[in-house]
Amino acid sequence: MTASTADAPPPELRLPRRRGVELSLLIGAVLISVYGYAAVGLAHDGAVPPDVAGYGGGLGLLALLAHLAVRLRAPYADPLLLPIAVLLNGLGLVLIYRLDLETPGERAATTQLIWSTIGVAFFIAVVAFLRDHRVLQRYAYLSVAAALVLMIVPIFFPAVNGAKIWIRIGGFSFQPGEFAKILLAVFFAAYLAANSNALAYTGRKIWRFQLPTGRVLGPIVAIWLISVGVLVLERDLGTSLLFFGLFVILLYVATGRRGWIAVGLLLAAVGAFVVGSFEPHVHSRVQDWLDPFASIDAGRGPGQLAQSLFAFAAGGMLGTGLGLGHSVLIGFAAKSDFILATAGEELGYTGLTAVFLLYALLVARGYRAGLALRDAFGRLLAIGLASILALQVFVIAGGVTGLIPLTGMAMPFLAQGGSSVVTNWIIVALLIRVSDLARRPAPDDVETGVVAAVPAERPGAEGER
Amino acid sequence: MIRYIRHAAAFCLLLLVALLANAARVQVFEADELDDNPANRRTTIARYDEPRGNILVDGRPVTGSKDTGEQLAYERTYRYGPLYAPVTGYASQTYGTTLIENAEDDILSGTDPLLAPLPLWGEVSRTRQPGGDVVTTVRDAMQRAAYEGLGNRRGAVAAVEPATGRVLALVSTPSYDPERLSGTGSSVTGAWRELNAADSRPMLNRAIRQTYPPGSTFKIVTAAAALDAEVVTDPDAETDTPSPYVLPGTSTVLPNESRGCEKASLADAIRVSCNTVMAHLGVEVGLDGMVEAAERFGFNDTGLKVPSGVAKSNFDTDMSDDQLAQSSIGQFDTTATPLQMAMVAAAVANGGELMYPHLVERTTKHDGATVHTTGSKSYHRAMNPLTATRLRQMMIDVVQDGTGTNAAIDGATVGGKTGTAQHGVDNSDLPYAWFISWAQADGAARPAVAVAVVVEDAEADRADISGGGSAAPIARAVMEAALED
Repeated sequence: MTASTADAPPPELRLPRRRGVELSLLIGAVLISVYGYAAVGLAHDGAVPPDVAGYGGGLGLLALLAHLAVRLRAPYADPLLLPIAVLLNGLGLVLIYRLDLETPGERAATTQLIWSTIGVAFFIAVVAFLRDHRVLQRYAYLSVAAALVLMIVPIFFPAVNGAKIWIRIGGFSFQPGEFAKILLAVFFAAYLAANSNALAYTGRKIWRFQLPTGRVLGPIVAIWLISVGVLVLERDLGTSLLFFGLFVILLYVATGRRGWIAVGLLLAAVGAFVVGSFEPHVHSRVQDWLDPFASIDAGRGPGQLAQSLFAFAAGGMLGTGLGLGHSVLIGFAAKSDFILATAGEELGYTGLTAVFLLYALLVARGYRAGLALRDAFGRLLAIGLASILALQVFVIAGGVTGLIPLTGMAMPFLAQGGSSVVTNWIIVALLIRVSDLARRPAPDDVETGVVAAVPAERPGAEGER
Repeated sequence: MIRYIRHAAAFCLLLLVALLANAARVQVFEADELDDNPANRRTTIARYDEPRGNILVDGRPVTGSKDTGEQLAYERTYRYGPLYAPVTGYASQTYGTTLIENAEDDILSGTDPLLAPLPLWGEVSRTRQPGGDVVTTVRDAMQRAAYEGLGNRRGAVAAVEPATGRVLALVSTPSYDPERLSGTGSSVTGAWRELNAADSRPMLNRAIRQTYPPGSTFKIVTAAAALDAEVVTDPDAETDTPSPYVLPGTSTVLPNESRGCEKASLADAIRVSCNTVMAHLGVEVGLDGMVEAAERFGFNDTGLKVPSGVAKSNFDTDMSDDQLAQSSIGQFDTTATPLQMAMVAAAVANGGELMYPHLVERTTKHDGATVHTTGSKSYHRAMNPLTATRLRQMMIDVVQDGTGTNAAIDGATVGGKTGTAQHGVDNSDLPYAWFISWAQADGAARPAVAVAVVVEDAEADRADISGGGSAAPIARAVMEAALED
């Protein structure tokens, strides 16, 4: 995509490509992961694991292929996105491999590496074939239809551990709801980009909050209600909370109406209260959150949340060291929902902070791309994808540390789970794509007109006191 | 739109801060509380992650550890479990610890701060030191002599070195193998139930945790009280004991099992074990004097630790004269542990100075460097030196020419005292045969050992003869083992 230099912006926007930076960071990310892998073996068996070269080579190859795809197809992309993804994925493999040592009957690291490979393949495919994210805008309604199908299909499959979010065919299982996240983000971004003016400037005003007209609001609320309803039926409240948060954030970013936040919070509060009171699965989670040690007092031993808190506490400031903790005591879901407890115990508060900051950096880079883009759809897409990561990290990390009630979700890149890894690689690929466009020195003049100008032209439209 | 993106970014930042603050709460501020939660298995896992330190007898470990490969890796093993169970106790992953395993647990499990190379090392490095060892004062030959002497009978033996208070043997039969309780699982809980349900109570440490009516062996305490209080000034002079002796304030006649007790001297009364003379002397000394004397020997001390806790030996402090008379011959409410009675013999042998009994010689680090040494210290002066000299002679007479001739050893001076105690409703249970004694090799400066033996004996129907018959030979075997090196 070459652009005419006549319309080129001032020189300060001419960002260097920074592909060398990305490559060096990638090498660092792979080396850190390999080091962690070796440290686990040294601590647990007193020897470097025999397949450390294969593991390092595999991860390195994946990183290299992804890098080449970015270098060829998205040369201006943000150089931090890919290394962070590789580092988190590598760290997740280390933690899963570490837990595998405690559960010889259930090896998950190899499967996870295969899923990571598939994820990187999707990453490369997206970077290579999706030349411009604005293409996606055309498929908004197709996206939402696909998302609904993906969410509805698992209802017809048997529940796994209380949640009907899995499709199992043979020995192969995946969570279609994970992919639905991206599709919904695309739909929300496209719809809001097209209708932001209508949403922002029309409708009744109730007290200090101006509400949009039903005509514009109708479709989006309907979609949202359906998706949330499906999720409540499937008893997957983490994802439900995620969609809700995504919806409110994008609505706010698109319209700037604080009313949306108020309405959103009100709806969330009512929904949370109703579901928390009447749905037994969620009700028990809330009880567990209010008193994680109730089961101990009742003589039934510590529950998962209590075990998770014990694990974090055992890590303390500096952690026990990789391979030296006992987070396997959490038992079920130690490698998936509770993977962060292993990080907390073995890497300590210091390591956990580093992991959180990696996520924060990833989100910040997504927001940065959103800020730099000129088209409303791209902006909303970038904000939406980054917010998915932020919300997901908050919901699951807050859950396992006792900040909010626990809802089953996968820690992006870290947790065991194929669908989640693949989805997150696609999210990073999309962020790479939009950031490439955002940082490209000669912005396209295709879309600089109407949409970008709107926010500046709305004086007096909102009570901003 | 840019402003709203910034707002949304600020919101994400808020989420990050909330996560970090909450993680700090769990991992830093509430960490100690969570670590100490009894439901948190980490402390237990860490405890059994390394081999436990050993308990040593004669320089050789009588314990061990084996790696089971389970979550709680190391389990306790015992080389001569039943023989040393009253010394070591058990160290169980299911039922905790007892005796030395309990009293020295910090050393054995490696948590004692003194094991660390530097102060606060454990807190900084978050590591546990290898378990240290506990060196006991027990002598293997004596322990075996006592254990084999008791055989299949129920009973106990305690032996101490009079000059130092070192406990040389501590045996209780029937015993049990503490290794059966080491691990976890149904075999351990089954063994626990079986051991606790057994009529013979194999897990009861009869040498220090069980009290028995001491019977006539208590007459040594009464004699010491009478001599110290100068109720008797010449042990060989006739006493004014009435005959028949009616318990004061009652019409009950106190019988003698021996002949020749009428107005017998104190020395003769000890030699042939006259109930009437000693009961009368106890009343003459009076309640306060008797209580004081008994407590100087260690009676009524609830805090005696060797370092395993020793049960309180009892001498009532509020009694009528007839009760005092019976108490003075080791009946009524008077009870004593075998260790307590060994201390009585030791006090006499050591010139009246009673040393504090101790079972642990010293504790060491894993590499053998000493952490702490238990020094010898005085417990009480039990009696005047002159009284001790006189009582020594009386106890020698018992062995040479009285009820305790079975304890005599060639080449050594032996002093002793027999005893028998009935118990149970209407004395229906098996009576206890007692023997307490000490031995000093000819030419040695100090007595080598003081012993107390108590054994349940079906034949013990006739008073002190049984103490001399069934308990004295065991005491002799233990004393011979003590004299051998």
